[in-house]
Amino acid sequence: MNVTALLFASYADALGRSTVALTLSPGATVLDAIEQIRELPGGALLPAEPLVAVNLNFAGVNEPLASGDELAIIPPVAGG
Amino acid sequence: MRASIVSRPLDVGALLAEVRHAGVGAIVTFIGTVRNVNAGRAVTGIEYAAYVPMAEQELRRIVEEAASRFGTIDIVVEHRVGALELGEASVAIVVAHPHRGPAYEASRYIIEELKRRVPIWKRESYVDGTREWVDPTAPAAVGQPW
Repeated sequence: MNVTALLFASYADALGRSTVALTLSPGATVLDAIEQIRELPGGALLPAEPLVAVNLNFAGVNEPLASGDELAIIPPVAGG
Repeated sequence: MRASIVSRPLDVGALLAEVRHAGVGAIVTFIGTVRNVNAGRAVTGIEYAAYVPMAEQELRRIVEEAASRFGTIDIVVEHRVGALELGEASVAIVVAHPHRGPAYEASRYIIEELKRRVPIWKRESYVDGTREWVDPTAPAAVGQPW
């Protein structure tokens, strides 16, 4: 199944890109997706269990993903 | 009620006009501005970035929470993204309520929750020409190399 991962701020800088197209096995979780991203060049700078959102809502790392999901990897927020 | 991420300068006068209502007895306005120093380093400007659709959704949720907890009449929040100069407003929160007490409390609730859970990031530029994404969770307030 295909999942699009979005990277922001320091994480986008670390990998030199703001989106990653992932191909995952059925039943894969957020953690499986993060593992794949961390194997990319610069990906090791991401924490093993970062803050994430699935389809615009905060999600746990053990949440299962579905094809077409938008997975956002969220660096520490600093608004205001 | 409205919560928006915008890429233009904030117009606080327009926001105040938006919440005027006969039942309003107090309007509390909070404005966050770009400061010239952070964690002991001289700052020359800040670039704000956001995951816009989620930031707007999360801000709307916070505004709805504040409205229901504090019984506000109206709330408008705008957060700016893009490159901001020193002194410019990055966020404006306008709360209208019949009374001042809950208006202040609602305003405080919104800014604290915004800082805690809205996906917005800032990259500070320093006088020495370097710039860094701010990580409020880092042991030293600033200092992560990415």
